[in-house]
Amino acid sequence: MKKANFVEIEGRSAGYLALLGFLGIFILAALGSSFYMEHNGHHVTGMTNQIVWGMPHVFAVFLIVAASGALNIASISSVFNKTAYKPLARLSGLLAISLLLGGLMVLVLDLGRPDRLIIAMTRYNFRSIFAWNMILYNGFFLIVGIYLWTMMQRSLNKYTHYAGFAAFIWRLTLTTGTGSIFGFLVARQAYDSAIMAPMFVIMSFSFGLAIFLLVLLAAYNWTHRPLGDVIFNTLKNLLGVFVAAVLYFVIVQHLTNIYMAKDSGVEAFILLNGGIYTKLFWIGQILLGSLVPLALLYHPTWGKSRTLVGVAAMLVIIGGMAQMYVIIIGGQAYPLSLFPGMEVQSSFFDGVVNHYAPSLSEIMLGLGGMATAMITVVLAIKILRFLPESLADEVVDPQHS
Amino acid sequence: MSHIESSKNAALTRRKFLGSAMATTAGLTIAPGVLLFRAAQAKPAAQAVTSKVRWGLLIDNTKCSTGCDDCVTACKTVHKLEGHNRPETDVQWIRKLTVTDKQTGHVMSLPMMCQHCGNPPCVDVCPTGASFKRADGIVLVDRHICIGCRYCMMACPYKARSFEHEVVHDQSVSAPRGKGTVESCTLCVYRVDHGKIPACVEACNEAKHGAMLFGDLNDPESEISKRLTKYGGKEIRADLGLNTGVRYQGI
Ligand code: SF4
Repeated sequence: MKKANFVEIEGRSAGYLALLGFLGIFILAALGSSFYMEHNGHHVTGMTNQIVWGMPHVFAVFLIVAASGALNIASISSVFNKTAYKPLARLSGLLAISLLLGGLMVLVLDLGRPDRLIIAMTRYNFRSIFAWNMILYNGFFLIVGIYLWTMMQRSLNKYTHYAGFAAFIWRLTLTTGTGSIFGFLVARQAYDSAIMAPMFVIMSFSFGLAIFLLVLLAAYNWTHRPLGDVIFNTLKNLLGVFVAAVLYFVIVQHLTNIYMAKDSGVEAFILLNGGIYTKLFWIGQILLGSLVPLALLYHPTWGKSRTLVGVAAMLVIIGGMAQMYVIIIGGQAYPLSLFPGMEVQSSFFDGVVNHYAPSLSEIMLGLGGMATAMITVVLAIKILRFLPESLADEVVDPQHS
Repeated sequence: MSHIESSKNAALTRRKFLGSAMATTAGLTIAPGVLLFRAAQAKPAAQAVTSKVRWGLLIDNTKCSTGCDDCVTACKTVHKLEGHNRPETDVQWIRKLTVTDKQTGHVMSLPMMCQHCGNPPCVDVCPTGASFKRADGIVLVDRHICIGCRYCMMACPYKARSFEHEVVHDQSVSAPRGKGTVESCTLCVYRVDHGKIPACVEACNEAKHGAMLFGDLNDPESEISKRLTKYGGKEIRADLGLNTGVRYQGI
């Protein structure tokens, strides 16, 4: 096996600058949206006292979950010693940090008091899983940063395995922690389930790899660097496995909820009569986000087309967003049960399905988070050596090693 | 619809009649009760909050009237909770619930507010510690530390908390509030600390309903404890094991 040769991208082409400009517009729009929301108060958003977490949280949680999954490739290479993945490890680490950055930006800019970020960073209530998550997020930057450093500085290469192992454990904890944010909400029927945390781990694998694959395809295509079939097929097959695994978890989640009679109301809501949430579940999450990508990835001819595999990865992302929407918004839209079996009415929307329509500012804030993640990658690969000059088969094929 | 309305009205007039008929006797019993209660529970402002007391409420649903929202109005008035005519985002610290048993058709009316849990989920989840429980059991939000993440609202089983979605004008000095933070019933902590009873309870008493009783759950001699011992009092969503400070009779 030839040694992968990492080289910065040139980053001077009109296309590169246009990409920066394009992403920059989204980031500015996000900052503007956040200012608008903070200045006027959250009543200008679609969020209410009923739907307290809205579109920003859909984006933020998606990005944070995907961040941990994006690190998968690096973990496979350093922890499980699969040499074929080694050339991709740096990009994997970079993408993980960038996605987390984007997700946290959205989360923070949506706070009622983002100016009090320093309080969130200095005062911890250790009983709160949310506080633990802040520690996990900060630690993630640090550990993945060190991990990248050991990969990029030759004299430190011997520590890569250990750093990779630490990062691997850390990120599993991080996603479990993110999933537990919902798992701890005993009051909400939709979330009160132990399967939430492991399901988030599997979701992270799938979303993170889908984004990784798209970034890789774009980067190698746009910089005209060779990307061989070996690496492409490996990643494609892996994505198929992850998508199927998420689907499996989703089925188990809903079957167990149906089985527990007290949750059958919220299950019927999501699966049968929840209007937009039911549609998003079946069409967005199951059909577009799972079945179509599986067909594209495993089809003997479609699976060879990079465009179609790219489409599949795109669909996994869209399906993932739909899944987040159903979990986060759908779970709040379904009314809390104060008196099980009774009908409750009030002036505060008790007992009714809550209404939510995301505002433009929320959507722009979320997209800005995605753009922040992408611009971080785009800038970093210009400044530092993240991308191998070639990922042609002879560079990565383990048969040659 | 119209017959529901008219039966509501009938219930109201009946209650009014009963109310005024009993006004004299009620006046006699309530006034000394209240006086006694104040004498027993006033706490000098300088004295620290102690866990020797646990403040609680007992709500008697059989006395709570369907059309009445005097407690809600009183709360809004003393805390200056102005609305913006946006029901989905306007704050509510206390609200009236109408609960219908689908099988029997029995209808209950009851006030719902922060239940001042002994094991409050909002305090558990709050990342900064802004949500806290005082030694005397009152659950509060420290508005200086709240970052407005709304995790506590997600965690509360009673929908007791509101997010301040707008700029707050003309605040009450005793109940500071602020855009971008979360707020809820304080059990009128500033009144309680000065030996008074919560505004909602006072309003309910003034309206001669007497459906709300405030007192020290830890003191076996307090009226609330005696009533609880004698008649019992249920927690809403008792299955969650939160040990609420607000109990209900007749649910
Ligand atoms: S909104 Fe405020 S009080 Fe509620 S959990 Fe967040 S920081 Fe704590």
